Amino acid sequence: MDEKSLDILKILEDNARASCEEIAKMLNISEEDVKKTLEEMEKSGIVLKYKTIINWEKILEDYIYAIIEVKVTLSREKGYDDIAKRIAKFPEVHAVRLVSGEYDFQVVVKGKSLKDVAFFIAEKISTIPEVRDTVTHFVLRTYKEEGVPLFVDEEDRRLALVP
Amino acid sequence: MSRRIAKRVEEIKPSGIRKFFDLISGREDVISLGVGEPDFPVPWRIREEMIYSLEKGYTAYTSNVGLPELRKGIAEYYKRFGVDAEPSQVIVTSGVSEAFDLAVRAILDPGDVVVIPEPSYVSYRPLSYICGGEVVSIPTIPDFKLTYERISEVSQFKPKVLILNYPNNPTGITYSKKELEEVADAVIEHDMIVISDEIYCELTYSGKHVSIASLNGMEDRVIILNGFSKSFAMTGLRVGYAIAPPDIFEGMLKIHQYSMLCAPTTSQIGAIEALKSLEDIEKMKAEYLRRRNYVIKVLDEYFEVPKPEGAFYVFPKFFLDMSSEDFVEKLLIEKGVAVVHGNAFGECGEGYIRISYAVKFEKLKEAIERIVDFVKKYGKS
Repeated sequence: MDEKSLDILKILEDNARASCEEIAKMLNISEEDVKKTLEEMEKSGIVLKYKTIINWEKILEDYIYAIIEVKVTLSREKGYDDIAKRIAKFPEVHAVRLVSGEYDFQVVVKGKSLKDVAFFIAEKISTIPEVRDTVTHFVLRTYKEEGVPLFVDEEDRRLALVP
Repeated sequence: MSRRIAKRVEEIKPSGIRKFFDLISGREDVISLGVGEPDFPVPWRIREEMIYSLEKGYTAYTSNVGLPELRKGIAEYYKRFGVDAEPSQVIVTSGVSEAFDLAVRAILDPGDVVVIPEPSYVSYRPLSYICGGEVVSIPTIPDFKLTYERISEVSQFKPKVLILNYPNNPTGITYSKKELEEVADAVIEHDMIVISDEIYCELTYSGKHVSIASLNGMEDRVIILNGFSKSFAMTGLRVGYAIAPPDIFEGMLKIHQYSMLCAPTTSQIGAIEALKSLEDIEKMKAEYLRRRNYVIKVLDEYFEVPKPEGAFYVFPKFFLDMSSEDFVEKLLIEKGVAVVHGNAFGECGEGYIRISYAVKFEKLKEAIERIVDFVKKYGKS
């Protein structure tokens, strides 16, 4: 990948709201150039979505997250990819990862209540024929999300004027 | 007692920045582009190491010259800039400020002439003056660079010392190897010692920093000053160093051992960890570069902006009918943006302001917009 595209991605990774105009000025290239490069990266599936990191715990409408360890049985017909895709299709599923270690998939489920999530796992995940076993961990508090600390971090304590 | 304060101290002008502090205090809406320190926190690995050292009780004095591992690390680090120094030439100090003070006190006798290119960082002149030096300044408007000719013009004063600071605070300019060779030629011809403050050495945006000490014939003429404040954001930890020729090293050490004794132990331990990885610097630098590009692009329409190639400052010239101090005061009162008046860095800085972009991008953007509004309001259209 060329340096220009990488530079654009680095800016957007940190701030999805950065405008093409701003990016152009930051990189000392034309706005048109930024637009074109971005469109290309969207088309080729490098840039998938522009999301916002929200601290849902701060507002009333809170969600519950659960991390589920899923053990599966593989067969000739059904490999990891097939099972993962099946799990990933549910809108309740926030993330699916194949991991090394004691279990196979780490699945993150998002729901409105404890009950919601528990029933979803019991009815939709555990019932998949290849799923052998699940262990559910409810998330009690999130401290860092996507590299952003959710607790009050350090303030700017610098003096306003320093020669 | 008629005279309680020493004559030379009394003659020093107090810093012109103080009065603006009063204008800022109590105001919530002020965005400061007047800061001379990074907006990044000290990398956590460095802080962790310092915390751990406190837990283990490393709180005693270190040797005067500094921890052996740190001196070795510094000598090794400076190879990066083409300087092959021995750890025995390194003296660890409480920041570059102390290192500078030691350097001038070690080499100046009353009446010795010190040459300072201006605009210049505010400490060089008073510290040189206190220990008896006579300061001759070289105005470097509008390109902010020293040349062979500019140095030769002051040779009639028989200068002993030339002060260099590049990448430069407040202008952000830096020197290429070729430009430095020209400076070095003049230095050798007029038999001077160079005090080279290279604190912003990691923040160069077109090509790597070249230390003047790495040039032919300069190894015995340069006192390198550097530290951890800008590269690793360790400003308040006060740890810097000097790399000096053996005789000057001995002189500096005498003063250091009686005045400072040693640099803070905890900070020295943090500095050892700092030098183990330069990755954090690259991230900071990439962010500074984006901000610099943004600032000069936007300001270019309203100011004369000499393109800064280093540090985190822009030193633009404005075209309004007012003094630098008026500009700063009005901008602060009317728009809530703090910058530093150019003449704080020497008389030739009149008509300029210093903008620091060591501020989070969103705030920087807002502040630059306010500055543009301000200039539009007062500008003759």
